[in-house]
Amino acid sequence: MSNAIHLHYDVSGEDFTRAGEASGQVKKTLKKLGYDPDAIRRVAIAMYEAEINMVIHANGGYCDVDIYSDRVEVLLADHGPGIPDVEKAMQEGFSTAPDNVRTLGFGAGMGLPNIKKYTDDMRIETTLGVGTNLYLTVMVNS
Amino acid sequence: MVIRDILEILEGETICEGDLDQEIKTACGSDMMSDVLAFVKDQSVLLTGLVNPQVVRTAEMMDMACIVFVRGKIPDDSIIRLAESRGITLIKTRFRMFTACGLLYSNGLSGGTKV
Repeated sequence: MSNAIHLHYDVSGEDFTRAGEASGQVKKTLKKLGYDPDAIRRVAIAMYEAEINMVIHANGGYCDVDIYSDRVEVLLADHGPGIPDVEKAMQEGFSTAPDNVRTLGFGAGMGLPNIKKYTDDMRIETTLGVGTNLYLTVMVNS
Repeated sequence: MVIRDILEILEGETICEGDLDQEIKTACGSDMMSDVLAFVKDQSVLLTGLVNPQVVRTAEMMDMACIVFVRGKIPDDSIIRLAESRGITLIKTRFRMFTACGLLYSNGLSGGTKV
C-alpha cells in the first residue's frame, strides 16, 4: 500500500536500560495519528517484548514499522544465535535467558507468548547462527 | 479511587508527580514485568519492589499512570526523569508488597480479573 508511514529504529544490544525506546516512539506516533488506544497498546506491548528479547538474546538489531490505515506491521530483525526450537520457545514459562535478566523483571518465558497474544499475526523466521526475523501484524480498526 | 487516595492509604510520598486526580480502576503487584505485560487492564497502578527503568517503560506501554515502590525503595535520577517525561506519578511507601496490596484491596481497588 502506498500510503504507509515507514519508521526505522536501531536497537542497541549494549544497554538494557534503553530497551523499549523504539516501542515508546512508535506508541507516541500512533497516538498522534489518532489510532484506537487499545490497538496502540497491543502494538506497543508486542514490540516492547520483542525489543527486550533482541537485547537479551541477540545483542540488538533493528525494527522496521509500517503504519497503514487498517494495520501496523513490524519487522524486528537481529543477527543473534537464532532460536533452536521455536515451538518450545512459544511455551509459557520456557526461557533460556540468563539469571541476571530475571533480576531485571524479564526472562520468565513470557515474551513470545505475550507477543502472540497481543498481535493478529506473528511469524518467526530463524536460522541458527544467522539470526531471527520476527514479523508482527496488529489490526487497528475494529 | 484517584492517585491522591493511593498516596494517602499507603502513607506514601511522591517522588515524581503527574496528575494526582487521575482515576485508577485496578492494581497489579509484581516484580516480573512480563507478567504485568500479560495481565494488566486499563487504568492501573503498578506496585513493585523492582527499581529499574524497565518498570517505567512497562508502565508506559500499558498506559499506567502511577507506580508505587514498596519497602521505601527510591529509584535513581534516570528513572525519575523517564517517569517525568511520560507524565507517570512515582510513589514510595514504607509498606511491604503484601501489606501495600492488601491496603489498596481492602479500600476497594481490585486486581481487575476474577482469577
